[in-house]
Amino acid sequence: MNLRPDLEIISNWIKPGSRLLDLGCGDGALLEYLQGTRDVTGYGLEIDDDNVTRCVESGVNVIQTDLDAGLQDFFGRSFDYVIMSQTLQAVHYPDRLLEEILRIGHEGIVTFPNFAHWKNRIQLAVGGMMPVTRTLPNPWYNTPNIHLCTVEDFEKLCNERGIHIIERVMVNDDYRRTSAGNFMPNLLGRTAIYRFRQQ
Amino acid sequence: MPETLPPDSVGLVTPQAMTFSDPLEFESGAVIDDYTLAFETYGELNAAHSNAILICHALSSHHHAAGYHSMDERKPGWWDNCIGLGKAIDTRRFFVVCSNNLGGCHGSTGPASTNPVTGKPYGRGFPDIVVKDWVRSQSRLADKLGIDRWAAVIGGSLGGMQAMQWSIDYPERLAHAIVIAAAPRLSAQNIAFNEVARTAIKSDPDFHDGDYYGHNVIPERGLRLARMLGHITYLSDDSMHAKFGRELQAGSPTRGYDMEFQVESYLRYQGSKFAGEFDANTYLLMTKTLDHFDPAKEYDDDLTRALARAQAKFFVMSFTGDWRFSPERSREIVRALLENNLDVVYARIEVDEGHDAFLMKIPQYLQVFGAYMQRLAREVGA
Repeated sequence: MNLRPDLEIISNWIKPGSRLLDLGCGDGALLEYLQGTRDVTGYGLEIDDDNVTRCVESGVNVIQTDLDAGLQDFFGRSFDYVIMSQTLQAVHYPDRLLEEILRIGHEGIVTFPNFAHWKNRIQLAVGGMMPVTRTLPNPWYNTPNIHLCTVEDFEKLCNERGIHIIERVMVNDDYRRTSAGNFMPNLLGRTAIYRFRQQ
Repeated sequence: MPETLPPDSVGLVTPQAMTFSDPLEFESGAVIDDYTLAFETYGELNAAHSNAILICHALSSHHHAAGYHSMDERKPGWWDNCIGLGKAIDTRRFFVVCSNNLGGCHGSTGPASTNPVTGKPYGRGFPDIVVKDWVRSQSRLADKLGIDRWAAVIGGSLGGMQAMQWSIDYPERLAHAIVIAAAPRLSAQNIAFNEVARTAIKSDPDFHDGDYYGHNVIPERGLRLARMLGHITYLSDDSMHAKFGRELQAGSPTRGYDMEFQVESYLRYQGSKFAGEFDANTYLLMTKTLDHFDPAKEYDDDLTRALARAQAKFFVMSFTGDWRFSPERSREIVRALLENNLDVVYARIEVDEGHDAFLMKIPQYLQVFGAYMQRLAREVGA
């Protein structure tokens, strides 16, 4: 099975036999892969009808819900990992969700598009308009991405909220790890992948 | 009346009856010495007996879930949208059983049946029933049919509550529980609606304290009112608007008490139809069963503990237009299942239709339901 490279990076962090919750799990590819390869159990949360059906087809335990409605159905420290891939920037209260992730999980893993990538900077600085790229394909007036942030922003928030970053990997447009992106993450990294826990 | 049956229909079906002569003790302590369950089956039981599915019916329903009893039958069974060849519950793969609940009035022993002790109908003397009793009686039917373990127990509304009870009472006897448009127990508002319906029946002069059989009458007015009220709660404001709006019946006067909106005509039709085919005592009995369903009660109101014995994989579905058992009520079930680390899938179907959406051809509903059943079929070797 061909897993998207960023999801492969994440799956290498997951200890076999662990329990995880995938927030915004899409078609369930990550959970399906981990169930098959690492004996992982858990649930995916997803709002889109077609994605929910695909999860069901793949045998993924999917709960159809809106992440903005909160995670109060999940009790404290019940998961080894809580994962949120490419979703942080699309929720109403990313800071609250980060705190919720660490309430219910021992470790959190998030990925998001780094808005400070040089291509975005050029489009904004030179073109004077909101960037439209492969990673951020939507025009400003019709985008799920309502809380875009940068590597610097995210790490500042973590610092303020007592969140300890265990690991960070930057990937490019093809979701592959690049040495340039990891040398100057906020300028050259397209998508950020973080692993963190409570300090 | 169909001239030919649709190709995806289970076709012509014949109701069956199973008589049990070993006494059944109810949760209330009452005992009946023998009883009959009416049921239908669709599809074939495989050699391993691993492909059997139990369908549990809702409040005012019966065992005729799919297909036609004759070429003259106007409409197929009540869940024909979901049961058939290539449908969500695919009868080419599954052996489907649907029984009429004990206390019913479509062939299973109920208040209108003759009490062998008195030689008269049980009437209001029929034992009080709780969902646990139904599940026990269904488990005996499973024994007789040679089914040790259901691939799934499936139901909507009160049927979903039976599926839940199955998972608690016989955890090893079902692989999957599919709970649709249900709730872990009724709200005060739900009970209130049921009480109005019961009052309508009991205050009908033809009710005779439940012994209308002896008077050769039926409390028709009461039953009609009960059904009209029921129907309002099965539909949503939006679906009623879409279906009827403020349109008048053709030929209706535009003023006066005889003026008739289409919605009025619809309710009257549903009321009369129901009064002609449903036993009033069964309605009282089954609404009481519904009111008292509360598996968490004996666990300090903790649904999580109530479901702790369950081993089944769960599929819970709700409909956004359902205000009778809203999606929030299904989420209560999901939460308890999550706390027990059970396998659970939850789908919330976005529709305008109300509580009876689970009976309808709603594309996303049928799609996700079908996907789940196909996965299940592969898992149990159906």
